[in-house]
Amino acid sequence: MPAISPLTPIRASDHTAGTHGTALTARNLSVFFGQHQVLKRVSLDIAARAVTAIIGPSGCGKSTFLRALNRMHELTPEARMEGDIRLFGEDIYARHVEPVVVRRRVGMVFQKSNPFPTMSIAENVTVGLRLNGLRDKTTLTERTEQSLRMAALWDEVKDRLHAPAISLSGGQQQRLCIARALAVQPEVLLMDEPASALDPLATSHIEELILELKRNFSIVIVTHNMQQAARISDFTAFFYLGELVEFGPTNKVFMNPEKRQTEDYVTGRFG
Amino acid sequence: MTVSNHHWRRFKNGFMQTLTCACAMLVVTPLVLVFYHLLHEGFTSLNWAFFTQLPKAVGETGGGMANAIAGTFILLGQAALVGVPVGVLGGVFLSEYGSSRLNWAIRFAADTLNGVPSITWGIVVYALVVVPMHGPSALAGGIVLGMMMIPLVMRTTEEVLQLVPTGYREAALALGIAKWKMIVRIVVRTALKGIVTGALLALARVAGETAPLLFTAFGNLGWAHSLKEPIAAMPLLIFNYAISPYDDWHRQAWAGAFVLLMLVLAINVGVRFLTRDRYRRNS
Repeated sequence: MPAISPLTPIRASDHTAGTHGTALTARNLSVFFGQHQVLKRVSLDIAARAVTAIIGPSGCGKSTFLRALNRMHELTPEARMEGDIRLFGEDIYARHVEPVVVRRRVGMVFQKSNPFPTMSIAENVTVGLRLNGLRDKTTLTERTEQSLRMAALWDEVKDRLHAPAISLSGGQQQRLCIARALAVQPEVLLMDEPASALDPLATSHIEELILELKRNFSIVIVTHNMQQAARISDFTAFFYLGELVEFGPTNKVFMNPEKRQTEDYVTGRFG
Repeated sequence: MTVSNHHWRRFKNGFMQTLTCACAMLVVTPLVLVFYHLLHEGFTSLNWAFFTQLPKAVGETGGGMANAIAGTFILLGQAALVGVPVGVLGGVFLSEYGSSRLNWAIRFAADTLNGVPSITWGIVVYALVVVPMHGPSALAGGIVLGMMMIPLVMRTTEEVLQLVPTGYREAALALGIAKWKMIVRIVVRTALKGIVTGALLALARVAGETAPLLFTAFGNLGWAHSLKEPIAAMPLLIFNYAISPYDDWHRQAWAGAFVLLMLVLAINVGVRFLTRDRYRRNS
């Protein structure tokens, strides 16, 4: 992997970033697990068709923030949230809104690749569609190819779509999970350290893929890797102890941060 | 450190090793003895008539256990119909729903039920089914075996569902799949072999039960023509023959015990086959 200084982020579209409006708006978002407050009044705009990186030391609330964006944190018993999250202006916590519907619009990719072991590659891609009632074979076939192409996996698996998903390599499995998330055509894609369990080559595949995907999707990525954040994101949010310390264009956060804490963290002095 | 100390430690080590080995052997010995004895006594008493003929009256030689063999299968079929759905769904609840306090109580109850003497189950079903139906029946026998299966199946189902990584559940939910669909199509599907294994082992466990059938299925020297009639079962007939004074019946009992053991063994081997297949698939 080429050595890239975190201070010189390589990005294709600095000037175009954030020109497509706002996908998600979080206002005064607090999340509690029982008595413990994990997120403290976080307000943040996620730009549409751009990559927003969430960075910060372990336990700072990054993943909780990510999971609140598609209501996945509700799976944790005793989780409670305050505040307001809007997806293209719609309150995703409104009384009549089903979490299931929110999650179809805001997809998620996890740290550990988790293709379903009982299903083939193709079945994994279409599982979200099939279990939501789509039966039409032609559409399913089309969507399989389309999603696998978007996830840059098509050429590697097109001849063995019916092989077990777990026969793929780690990096391929993670791209399969991305294809699976894309197949339900979400508007936003949340990625929780999607490359942290992968080798450098597979990581660079995923990073290229993310840069490709931001043309059509709004992406929020949690990462522990400063260089990765610098390479792929347009905006960066730095979380510390449940608070949003700094948020801005990645260039600025890495090269000219406003807060001392941010500078210490991105230059590796703590965290 | 002295030399004698060294010898003493070596002696202790050898002694403990021998002791544990002896205890382990002691566990296997009954199985070997039972198996040898059944093979010796049972297999030699087996013949074609055993599988095709009804029991003969006292004093007549020959005859078989055809009705009891069929009866055991009918009882096990009913038991599976009662025990597997209830046990599996209960296990799904324990693993996927419920609160930790409620689940603790259910688990405790299930584990207690697993230790309840089997004759007690017979009494319960006698009161619940036999008395209202004015007599013992195949139905009552199937229900009692099924009820005994429920806590067994429930606990094994819960255990294998818990082995399914949380990541699969989260991945499915993040795709906007409804929870019950996620459970049925992803979690249960992933753990299906384990669930089937648990159900088969529970079936093998109740296949040889005698006590709960004494006043539910009751036994029948001929064929049962409906589930409302008493029905013969191998363990019951073995019991009746074994305590009789007739040599011919003793031989029949040996043969019956041998066939029953083979049935249980077949189920266990089937389970081995299933689990072996699972490991091969994963590697």
